Amino acid sequence: MQENSKIKLGSSDIIIKTIAYIFIGLFSLACLLPFILMISTSFSTEGLIRKTGFAIIPKGFTTYAYELVLRNSKQLFGSYVVTILMTVGGTLLGLFIISMTGYALQRKDFPFRNQISFYIYFTTLFSGGLVPFYLLISKYLGLKDNYLAVFLPLLMSPWLIILMKNFIKAIPFEITESGKIDGAGDITIFVKLILPMLKPALATIGLFLALGYWNEWYNSMLFLSAKVEYRPLQYHLYKIVNEVASLKNSVAGSNVVVTSLPLETLKMSTAVVATGPIILLYPFVQKYFIAGITVGAVKG
Amino acid sequence: MKRNQKAEAASVSTVGKTSFIKNLWKYRVLCFMCLPAILFFLVFSYIPMPGAYIAFTNFNYAKGIFGSEFVGFDNFKFLFTSGKITMLTRNTLLYNLAFILIGNTLQIFVAILLNEIKNKHFKKVTQTFMFLPYFISAVLVGLLVYNLLNYDFGFINSIIRQFGGDPIKVYANKTVWPFIIVLVHLWQQTGYGSIVYFAAIMGIDAETVEAARVDGANAFQKIKYIILPGLKPTIIILLLFSMGSILKGNFGLFYNIIGPSNSMLFPTTDIIETYVFRTMMNNFNFTQASAVGLYQSVFGFALVLFCNWIVKKIDSDYSLF
Repeated sequence: MQENSKIKLGSSDIIIKTIAYIFIGLFSLACLLPFILMISTSFSTEGLIRKTGFAIIPKGFTTYAYELVLRNSKQLFGSYVVTILMTVGGTLLGLFIISMTGYALQRKDFPFRNQISFYIYFTTLFSGGLVPFYLLISKYLGLKDNYLAVFLPLLMSPWLIILMKNFIKAIPFEITESGKIDGAGDITIFVKLILPMLKPALATIGLFLALGYWNEWYNSMLFLSAKVEYRPLQYHLYKIVNEVASLKNSVAGSNVVVTSLPLETLKMSTAVVATGPIILLYPFVQKYFIAGITVGAVKG
Repeated sequence: MKRNQKAEAASVSTVGKTSFIKNLWKYRVLCFMCLPAILFFLVFSYIPMPGAYIAFTNFNYAKGIFGSEFVGFDNFKFLFTSGKITMLTRNTLLYNLAFILIGNTLQIFVAILLNEIKNKHFKKVTQTFMFLPYFISAVLVGLLVYNLLNYDFGFINSIIRQFGGDPIKVYANKTVWPFIIVLVHLWQQTGYGSIVYFAAIMGIDAETVEAARVDGANAFQKIKYIILPGLKPTIIILLLFSMGSILKGNFGLFYNIIGPSNSMLFPTTDIIETYVFRTMMNNFNFTQASAVGLYQSVFGFALVLFCNWIVKKIDSDYSLF
């Protein structure tokens, strides 16, 4: 009997492990494939692509599309500066406000914490909708064609504040109390005692914020018109992908006959250039990120 | 502990105004710390709420929201009689249901399989790959889909051509898009979503698993009788969270994959958000756009309350409020 069950145990394990390795392996390759296609296309010769289509291995390896993208790089460079400034500024400011709020809202002795928490949480349940939001920003706040219209709405979200609150809850209240006994004010306690203990939380939520800013295109599309000189990076990419006119403008003055522009490879090389940094950043924070979601996302 | 907190909260609310001001002063620093967030949500979330009134007016941009003529439910009447609302609600609900049900099942499946993989390097590399799609913008997702499915030189059609088959005109066929959109959604979200489930599996007591194995449970039984029941609280919480947003669409995904003008595909791919956006930005029809938007907010809010009410009946521990 004992032997019998041991054999069964072994075979079921082997079946599941085989399924696991095959399925996970194939799925992760499927996740990677579109990126490989994009990079391969960006290094391909346009003529060969038009003849036989996109492929995993570059067709007639060339860096021509990148040369075009970089040769007239004023717009692209400007987009980079705008996006980097917004990402760094928004992430730092957002982290500060979110952690400050999160800290106050989990202080057991703070009498208004439930009311304020609900005030914040309620915004996830009900909203005025897109039209009032659009009118508020463009008509009543007068932020049309202003980078603030893109920058401000991304600073925080109820979800990030709740996540941060859950993180800080894990820090023993005794630390706050001991700070108080030593005569420190709430701000000193927060900045000197709590913030240094929050590194994984700051990394996780900072990455969420940075992703939000780096990948921003929606508010730019709503509020930044042609009058704005430098579009944020992803909105720039959106224009290149969707409008042949923008694509031509992006390489204007680089002495290329417009009809012979390598449209497809140009789109892909712009995409590679616009995506690169956030993907390069990701492996460095992945460790914190995974640990962070794990701690913060599951209640209590 | 919980009771203590409740008693404390109750005492705060019953004591009069004077102690409110006293508390405000006593905890002024903590109040001050919350002030930026309070202002933020006031401006970007609460102030737009009364603006939904625009749905009941004949909006005139120059006169502003409250200066425009009041027309009652006229804007809604049109949307309901034209059948637009029915189509949009159906699409939004069905897509979200598919995302939630298929998405969570696949995430749980992946988490369980990841748990069986003991090779550290394999696990790390595959997790990194599976995570990658989560990190890119919706614009790029749209471009990658185009790269795969384009008629003239899309990757899939170039393979079909190589084998002598007839290439498919994907962007002109509205029936295939629900499958494509769900697949793209799964592609982008599964790696990220499976982490929470994976963490929950790691939290299951190793000794229980060990004991079951000693008692002769095989690998399938281990999953069925220990891991899945152990995941139940996480599954319920995540499902509840997603129920709250079942009428909110993933605008970026739909808008970038379908594009603003491919109206041939709209019957099967238009969701409330894309419709509102087009109505406002392309046709400048602010009143109709806001009527649909208000319908979405009210109906969505009612759905959340209803779900919460049901959950409270079944098990009040899981309810949101």
